[in-house]
Amino acid sequence: MSSIFYTKEHEWIRVNEGGGVVGISAYASEQLGDVVFVELPENGFKANQGDNIAVVESVKAASEVYSPVSGEVIKTNEDLSVSPELVNEDPIGKGWFFEIKISNPEELQKLMNEDSYKKFIEG
Amino acid sequence: MKEKISHKGLDHEELLLFEIGGLNKSGVDFPETQGYEQRIGSSYEDKEIGIPGLSEPEAVRHYVRLSRKNYSIDAGMYPLGSCTMKHNPRLNEKLARLKGFSDIHPLQPVSTCQGALELIHEISLWLKELTGMSAIAMSPKAGAQGELCGMMAIKQALKSKGQESRKKVLVPDSAHGTNPATAAFLGFEVITIKSTVAGRLDLKDFKSKIDKKFAAAMITNPNTCGLFEKDIIKISEIIHQNGGYLYCDGANFNALVGKIKPGDMGIDAMHINLHKTFSTPHGGGGPGSGPVVFSDKLASFCPAPKIEKIGNKFEIFENENNENLLESFGRLSAFHGQMGMYVRALSYMLSHGADGLRQVSEDAVLSANYIKSSLEDVMSSAYEGYCMHEVLFNDDFLKDTDVETLDFAKALIDKGYHPMTIYFPLIVHGALLVEPTETESKFSIDQFILTMKDLVNKTQSDSDSFKSAPKFTPVRRLDETKAAREPILRWKKETIIAAE
Repeated sequence: MSSIFYTKEHEWIRVNEGGGVVGISAYASEQLGDVVFVELPENGFKANQGDNIAVVESVKAASEVYSPVSGEVIKTNEDLSVSPELVNEDPIGKGWFFEIKISNPEELQKLMNEDSYKKFIEG
Repeated sequence: MKEKISHKGLDHEELLLFEIGGLNKSGVDFPETQGYEQRIGSSYEDKEIGIPGLSEPEAVRHYVRLSRKNYSIDAGMYPLGSCTMKHNPRLNEKLARLKGFSDIHPLQPVSTCQGALELIHEISLWLKELTGMSAIAMSPKAGAQGELCGMMAIKQALKSKGQESRKKVLVPDSAHGTNPATAAFLGFEVITIKSTVAGRLDLKDFKSKIDKKFAAAMITNPNTCGLFEKDIIKISEIIHQNGGYLYCDGANFNALVGKIKPGDMGIDAMHINLHKTFSTPHGGGGPGSGPVVFSDKLASFCPAPKIEKIGNKFEIFENENNENLLESFGRLSAFHGQMGMYVRALSYMLSHGADGLRQVSEDAVLSANYIKSSLEDVMSSAYEGYCMHEVLFNDDFLKDTDVETLDFAKALIDKGYHPMTIYFPLIVHGALLVEPTETESKFSIDQFILTMKDLVNKTQSDSDSFKSAPKFTPVRRLDETKAAREPILRWKKETIIAAE
């Protein structure tokens, strides 16, 4: 069973065995408007929790994406280079950004679960 | 081209030159070449080169029609925040066309252009006096190149102290995008500083991000929210105590001229957009110019060339081996800068005088505050209190409607106004940034306010009409997403063939 966590900067991470898939939330993709470009990290890129790790560009703005956990990037979503609209159409699914090998699972405790994220964006 | 072109009234739809002219036509009657001997060997070519041929009336009409689609400050109010679209006085233009300035060549002997050098020297003195700084680089050709120039001097200063390990440049989250871009381009690491709920730099966050690797901060004052960074003295003290430099983005200097000197705020380097603050034309109206002023600490690192008065004569120090340029970071551009812009800017300074320049700043701030207080009740100010030269609204006032900031801006076009800046600064939701400048009269601003009020009312009663705006433009709502995702940046022969 996988579980999903959110950051205050509107990234999500879906944790599976050994790793986590990262993307931006539906709320974030709505706020950004039509996404036109996503700059992804390279495989093997190592990040600390909260580091800049990707850039998402919409018709309105370019925004940083921060790594929800520390770890090493093991896979990126190549579909985004030709179809950045996936981020708008299916932010939690086909619009994923990259997969990261989590080096410190305890960091997940600092993130929000689905319910508290919902409250966070409503508040 | 078979389909019929749809003109609107006397406003003509215009095709590309390639679509009007034929590749095998010529608008000029060249005589047959004969009796020549070609001496370029295998480089000789005799085939179609792909330039469209048009008759003179076709070419003239093309450009006149395009020019009629252009909107400019000469046609009406242009409240584009952060851009400072102010009137370009015709006196400036008259002076810039004087032969001695307009026909000058950057390689002509120094003895033959003493007047031009004196003018550059004179404007340098004005800019140093107005900013309270000790040195200046006149050659940067735009604001962004000015930023690069200032940050290169900072990099050079750090290098001279053996502090190349200082890599971090702090930039507020409200900054112009060029600030982080400049720092990153030079190999610095960009660290974002948060803004407070009052729209100003968060001092606590700022302090927490300073460490041994701290190189510089790039701060805009007034910032892009149109607010004065009240803590600027404290900020510059912290920066200097920690061995860093303060770069100021001088884009908003037009709110401060004659009121406060950047040098007194502890700034080490700042660019000045002559096209914003000193009324030289923007964009297609003429080349930009972004001189950079430096504090004592950075003066010796500023780039070549340098113009100095020696006795009664003006000299250009061009060579990096010149004793005045030994610490300089080098040359930023081939020549000396934009002569025409210097003439226009100095014309503006001299025709206004010191008191006039101060009033320009005061009027710009007054105009923005007048708009703020007139629209505050119906729109939603992003921040409380007085603003400087521009006023920032958020989209709270559109909350219960289907209208978004973008729709609102598009509807303003149908009312005869160039839209304000939207979605910038990024830290304000659905931002609308309005900068009237000192150019607008009270009558003109009142008209703008009435129009804005009408539009706001309409967001409640007729929100559908916003989605289909603009209606009266040569083209309607453009597909910005498609333009960004699949840009067609140039005409290609194949496009035409495919269309036929």
